[in-house]
Amino acid sequence: MWELLLGESGPLIYTMEFPPQILQILILLGFIAAYALGAVYAERKVSAYIQDRLGPMEVGPYGLLQTAADIVKLLFKENIIPAAADRKLFVIAPIIIFTSIFAGYAVIPLGPSMVGASLNIGLLYLMAAVSVDVIGLIMAGWGSNNKYAYLGGLRAVSQIISYEIPAAIALLTAVMMFGTLNLSELSIFQGFHSPEKVFFFGVWDVTEYGGVLSWSIFRYPHLLIAYLIYFIASLAECNRSPFDLPEAESELVSGFHVEYSGFRFAVIFMAEYANMFLVGILAAVVFLGAWNTPFPNFIAIDPKTAAEMSIGELFGNWQLGYLTSGTAGTWGFALWGAFWIILKAFFAVFVQMWIRWTLPRVRVDQLLKISWKVLTPVAFVLFIISGIWKLLEVYGHLQ
Amino acid sequence: MSKIRTYIGEIANAVKMVIKGLGLSGKHLRKGLKPNEPLGIESDRYFDQNQGPITIQYPAVRIPVPDTGRYRLHMETEDCIGCDKCARVCPVDCITIETFRADGDLGKTSDGTIKRLHLPVFDIDMGKCMYCGLCTTVCPTECLIMTKVYDFSEFDRDNLVYHFGAYSPEQEDKIREETLVALAKKKADKTPKQKPKKRARPVMKRKPVKPIESTEEKKEGDDDA
Repeated sequence: MWELLLGESGPLIYTMEFPPQILQILILLGFIAAYALGAVYAERKVSAYIQDRLGPMEVGPYGLLQTAADIVKLLFKENIIPAAADRKLFVIAPIIIFTSIFAGYAVIPLGPSMVGASLNIGLLYLMAAVSVDVIGLIMAGWGSNNKYAYLGGLRAVSQIISYEIPAAIALLTAVMMFGTLNLSELSIFQGFHSPEKVFFFGVWDVTEYGGVLSWSIFRYPHLLIAYLIYFIASLAECNRSPFDLPEAESELVSGFHVEYSGFRFAVIFMAEYANMFLVGILAAVVFLGAWNTPFPNFIAIDPKTAAEMSIGELFGNWQLGYLTSGTAGTWGFALWGAFWIILKAFFAVFVQMWIRWTLPRVRVDQLLKISWKVLTPVAFVLFIISGIWKLLEVYGHLQ
Repeated sequence: MSKIRTYIGEIANAVKMVIKGLGLSGKHLRKGLKPNEPLGIESDRYFDQNQGPITIQYPAVRIPVPDTGRYRLHMETEDCIGCDKCARVCPVDCITIETFRADGDLGKTSDGTIKRLHLPVFDIDMGKCMYCGLCTTVCPTECLIMTKVYDFSEFDRDNLVYHFGAYSPEQEDKIREETLVALAKKKADKTPKQKPKKRARPVMKRKPVKPIESTEEKKEGDDDA
């Protein structure tokens, strides 16, 4: 099963030995499907409460089985392919959309050592894989042979061109600070097991306090703005409101997937929610401390001493950080990590929903203005700040 | 310089707007976790519940209706004297009444009025009723009332016709027969003794109608000419 290769100290590359690779994929697929069901339910509940309604309440307790019932309905529905549609493109598009998103999960560390492929170029691969998604969108839009779908596909492309740039620059701002594209390494750098010393706001040594203090947005405060930029850009990347132009319900019915029904529609829908989770988890890895606990220790004790202490002693010494992250190399460590990173990603998904039901959709020109006139220049400024900071660090003028 | 100020101002404004909007929807989201109680208008707190979900999960949860609610009609058959006023006043003709004369008195209603008519049919078609309440106003014995029952939809339209008649069809035939026999017997007993009296009638004297030449008509005629 999971082999946890967690060394005593020093730079750790977490690898996972999990013999049948296909099983990993199936587990992840199952997780994403279950998450998508839950997220659709959550979306409906959040929207309902924001609009002073109750949302689904009839199927199961508090309507919990509503989305399960919906998916059963979708699976039993006829898979209509319009007579005038480009059959090949129409059939392939949902597969490409979902596969590209799903491929992104390969490099995501869903906990310490729980990563499909610990790539050196993990982040680059992720950005590239997720960008393929838009090819699926335009295939769906063009293949449907429907004016609304076509417009939706066009908008998806123009949007992705605008938003990939600030998103990528914002991520690079963080990458430059840590000097790695490997998402597992990025995770390690933001916690107790960081090979380097961790400085809060670049001045206060918090290596042994950890928790929220060692997250990258607090280590390097300009990354907080970078995080916001990435978050806004990621909304556009997953076609979420207020940037849901490709599927603008009020103008384009449902945009690029207007002609889809049954299982293919379910796949597109699942891909959208999987994408929301993916960008949420990526933002958590790069900016919000990945799978590291948000609770800091209140008294600085180094990990080796802490590993020998009992739970009572840890509690007595206010070692909340160690308590909520477990001992390195054990199952508890892996599960705590998975818990924290999934919680952080869920929070991001929740905020995406909250924003969707608050803000109206922007126009195309407003979207381009936000992207090119605001996010891109600010991202570049942050990029330069990162560079200067790193130079100062290297030449020892800081710290 | 002013351009930069506008640029930053726009961004600041947008951020402020987004935060304000999120705060508003967040407030609703928070209130949403505590659903409102289904309070009727009679409750003192009826107007205090101005936040949170307003959905009522209808068949399971109902807002209480005041006892004076005016919905489905109800008739106390024992109190009806068969006067037919309600059927006449009904604007949509939803009440059908059939009566026949009884042999003597049928007892008294609860307010002391003597009942003299059998009431085999008293049908109210609630599918037609427009809930104006006129029938309840004209009812002399107050046997016809509106109740607070409002949910009485049916799958068959015929089920919306409520039968308040006193007897079942078989009973009706039997009673009708018995009454006719009894009445005929009474008549037979009474007829020789009674002399038919001439009823006094008011005499109308008609005045001879004079042809009147109206001056106004003439004037109008002049105008036309």
